[in-house]
Amino acid sequence: MKSIRRDEVRRLLTEGAQLVEVLPREEYEEEHIAGAINIPLKELNRQTALQLDRSRPVVVYCHDYQ
Amino acid sequence: MGFEQVYEYADGKRDWGSFGLPREGRLAEQPSAGDLARAGVPTCLLTDDLSEVRRRVRESGWDTCIVVNDHRVVLGRLGRKAIGSDNGESVEEAMTEGPSTVRPSIGLDALLERMQSKNLSSWLVTTPDGKFVGLVLRSEAESRLTSS
Repeated sequence: MKSIRRDEVRRLLTEGAQLVEVLPREEYEEEHIAGAINIPLKELNRQTALQLDRSRPVVVYCHDYQ
Repeated sequence: MGFEQVYEYADGKRDWGSFGLPREGRLAEQPSAGDLARAGVPTCLLTDDLSEVRRRVRESGWDTCIVVNDHRVVLGRLGRKAIGSDNGESVEEAMTEGPSTVRPSIGLDALLERMQSKNLSSWLVTTPDGKFVGLVLRSEAESRLTSS
């Protein structure tokens, strides 16, 4: 998976990318990047990934690189 | 899972928020420093003529000026005393270097607490790479938090 920086995220979003926060739901509900959906890492599987459009870029993130 | 274009934003939401970019959720609905940061505060360069800077600042109605470089990175601040006097100093000599700053995403309540504990009437907001965002006035922070 390619790691990208903030400016690249912003560019991809203008091109229709889907943002996915992989942190637990409580953390997502507390605060997330505008427009992101939540698929907690522990729940990420073929079934939960069905809500994503395979034809568009997907950007996953958590809190930070730590 | 068959996805062809998958990227990782490794710096994550901490980085995103610290640049004041759009967020959602419970915390994002609470007022933050970025919401109240006044971007119209006068700024100047190290090489600007201080007399001219003082004239410009007084005309603007402010009593402070933020010293930045060509990339808008904050280098220092000219406070009330530096703006009020006229003793032939340069901007660099008159400014206070490296003022404390916060990121736009810090909660307004936390920032107000800092201003109150240090008895300061304003606080600078910058991005993590030091670029000027604005100045939060304590009086405005108090009003905002009282009304919310």
